[in-house]
Amino acid sequence: MKGFKPSGFLLALAAPVAAAVVSIIISSLAVLATHKSPIDAYKTMWEFGTTSGSLMQMLNTATPYYIAAIAIAITFRAGLFNIGVEGQLRLGAMFGAYLGAMFVLPPVIHILAIMVIAMTIGGLWAAIAGYLKVKRGVSEVISTIMLNSLAGGLSSYLLANRFMDRTTASNNMSTKEIPASGQFPDLMPLLNKLGVEDQPGGGVYGMLLFAVVLGVIFWFVINRTRFGFELRASGANPIAARVSGVNSKRMTFVALALSGAVAGLAGLPAVLGDTHAFNMGFRTGIGFSAIAVALLGRNNAVGMAISALLFGFLEVSSRSLELIDIAPETYVIMQGSILLSSVIAYEVVRRYKITLQSNELAKVAEA
Amino acid sequence: MSVAVELRHISKRFPGVLANKDVSMSVETGTVHALVGENGAGKSTVMKILYGMQRPDSGEILVNGRAVHFKNPNDAIDASIGMVHQHFMLADNFTVLENIILGSEPKKGVTIDFAAAREKIVAMAAQYGLEIDPDVLVEALGVGQRQRVEILKVLYRGARILIFDEPTAVLVPQEVDDLFNALEGLREQGMAIIFISHKLDEVLRVADDVTVVRQGSTVAEVKSKDVTARQLAELMVGSELPQPSTQGVTRRDLVALSLNDVSILTSTGGRDLISHISFNLHAGEVVGIAGVEGNGQAELVEAILGLRDYTGSISFNGSAIDHLSVAHRHDLGIGFIPEDRQRQGLMMNSPLWENRILGHQRSKPVMRGFILDKKATITDTARIMAEFDVRAPGPHTLATALSGGNQQKFIVGREISKAPALLVASHPTRGVDVGAQGAIWEELRRAREKGMAIVLISADLEELIGMSDRLLVMLRGAVTAELDPAKTTPEQLGSAMTGAA
Repeated sequence: MKGFKPSGFLLALAAPVAAAVVSIIISSLAVLATHKSPIDAYKTMWEFGTTSGSLMQMLNTATPYYIAAIAIAITFRAGLFNIGVEGQLRLGAMFGAYLGAMFVLPPVIHILAIMVIAMTIGGLWAAIAGYLKVKRGVSEVISTIMLNSLAGGLSSYLLANRFMDRTTASNNMSTKEIPASGQFPDLMPLLNKLGVEDQPGGGVYGMLLFAVVLGVIFWFVINRTRFGFELRASGANPIAARVSGVNSKRMTFVALALSGAVAGLAGLPAVLGDTHAFNMGFRTGIGFSAIAVALLGRNNAVGMAISALLFGFLEVSSRSLELIDIAPETYVIMQGSILLSSVIAYEVVRRYKITLQSNELAKVAEA
Repeated sequence: MSVAVELRHISKRFPGVLANKDVSMSVETGTVHALVGENGAGKSTVMKILYGMQRPDSGEILVNGRAVHFKNPNDAIDASIGMVHQHFMLADNFTVLENIILGSEPKKGVTIDFAAAREKIVAMAAQYGLEIDPDVLVEALGVGQRQRVEILKVLYRGARILIFDEPTAVLVPQEVDDLFNALEGLREQGMAIIFISHKLDEVLRVADDVTVVRQGSTVAEVKSKDVTARQLAELMVGSELPQPSTQGVTRRDLVALSLNDVSILTSTGGRDLISHISFNLHAGEVVGIAGVEGNGQAELVEAILGLRDYTGSISFNGSAIDHLSVAHRHDLGIGFIPEDRQRQGLMMNSPLWENRILGHQRSKPVMRGFILDKKATITDTARIMAEFDVRAPGPHTLATALSGGNQQKFIVGREISKAPALLVASHPTRGVDVGAQGAIWEELRRAREKGMAIVLISADLEELIGMSDRLLVMLRGAVTAELDPAKTTPEQLGSAMTGAA
């Protein structure tokens, strides 16, 4: 190591590169174990995954992941863990779709109204965990997990018994369709203008743009505002934060409620952009995959965007593995190994950085 | 007696800087040899070299007369050198036995031979007077007992030369006595002990020989019976010691802080944590709070800062602040140097510039309204580092990388920079070296002259007497005496603290 002093940039790059290499090795071993060629697998995935139809699906998969990951990152940064995003986004999307179909408003305002409904429901649902934590000392990890089960049951019950649109005869239980003013326009017309051709079953959720804006807001609030600092301080050292004047109970409650409010939006890309209703086909598991997205993206606005896109890409492109007779679940192994190796790689790099700094410091101190 | 370890003319250069220059010391078997020096004097480099964590550029290490070259700590362990770290490295959810054998488990086939390990540990513990129940979980142990486990861990690996890195920093007096008894036992068993410490009175109590390092070099090796603490300290800093003292009366008419019958009741109905405390503190005045630790000082501080509910009334610059939150009180101009800097005053894994914000998140220059001014914060952090002699590469250095003394100077700088009307300084020089201590006293003196009111809580009686205009003695939560520091000796203050006077 003598004479070698890695720059900050190289260090920042070291962890993701190391993690990628390790996870490729692990995934390859998994494919090899089924007596298939990993090279073929990656080639097929790449070829299929980079078609414009797949890329659109990748964006559509990544958008809810990203929004949900931001919700989770809010709590991570505050030293909390909201596992309940799945339930919050489900209830948010359902109430948003149900109530949003009951009125007609001018286009943009209608969409905003639905978003506010979804945020309110998601926020309230998470606030239950916040209340229990602050007033009763219940771990938010436990309560949000349990609230997920409740949300699942509650949404099934409400959809089947209260919210279902009985005016149309369909096997798919669904809420009434949201009027056109409340539908988020697709980005396809815009892409057409840029020279992208229509794809069968294609289309890109307009909420993608919203997710980008949300990412910028998240970055700014967390890194550049007093509230963001106090939230991070509560996560970094709760006792010091309290001494510094942060009302720790209020911060815990606010962080969870805010996280839930953002989570409430994560189900909307598909509801507002595609189905225009909440139905039984509503995607499950977004809130759990988003935990991995947040972890991989280091709770950082840009990092989470990259990891959401990566997860979207893997999920979509791995569907092609069936074509060459490899289990598409290989994707799950890839996801898991990327997550695990990156968490480890980041920790190794973090420790190395501290050692570097300490050495640098020894020089300064003993000079 | 033979020489267990000898360092000869060790030099270590980090790129551009000489960390150790011509360090020599020789430790005999059956003795306790103290290594003292200020933070940054090079003690830790010496220790790291001896424990194989770093390699010297030149010079020799001899263990039992044979030259050795350590590549890593494992080599040092093989040469029977062991290190008892300041911060314990134990797994809480493992038993004492499991912790001790962790990493060098005796095997029986493929399984761990717990019976053999237990037998060996029990025998070892008895031999060295380090009795402990091997089957209790470490999480159930107190600090002193955890240290005992650390020592056993080192002995279990066959160490005959033991390095203790600031072992008393985390102990209460009773535990210190136990540790010293244990050291006595180890010495009698022919161990060589290297004892690294700041606390010179402890060094003189336990050590046979003392090596002093200053600016990377060994400047003296003396017999502890031939020196006083003061002489040792002067060898460490290379000049006369800073004195805790203030000059003249800077007290102004304005009453900055006024406590009126303040009590904190326990919820369980036991003795009040603090009871019926009343006093006035004027601007430009220092009131020293003396007392054996745990007699209500910490609670008094928490009441003043608003961290704890109390009865009675506290007013600041003439108006009651009882209904105000912690944040409001900060905003009014109450600064705080906390007792435990790492727990209460810093975010250890954040850079210094972010730590600059802590406790000041509603004031300039770090905030403009609700928006954080990163550039101004970094500039101001650099200013604090320069003015208060915080030795670190820059504002982006993580707080955890700094030595304790530098962390403390940073906190003092941060709090004084706000120019608070009232500064609550809780053990402001605890655990910092002599140089930093002098610097902190100087800052407090200057702040007092400018009219700052200071509540000084300390366990250092000379500091209390030297820095205070007035002394209040706390015992079992109540103020039991008020003393004039000019007419009080440490002995008198000490007996007042225990209620003997």
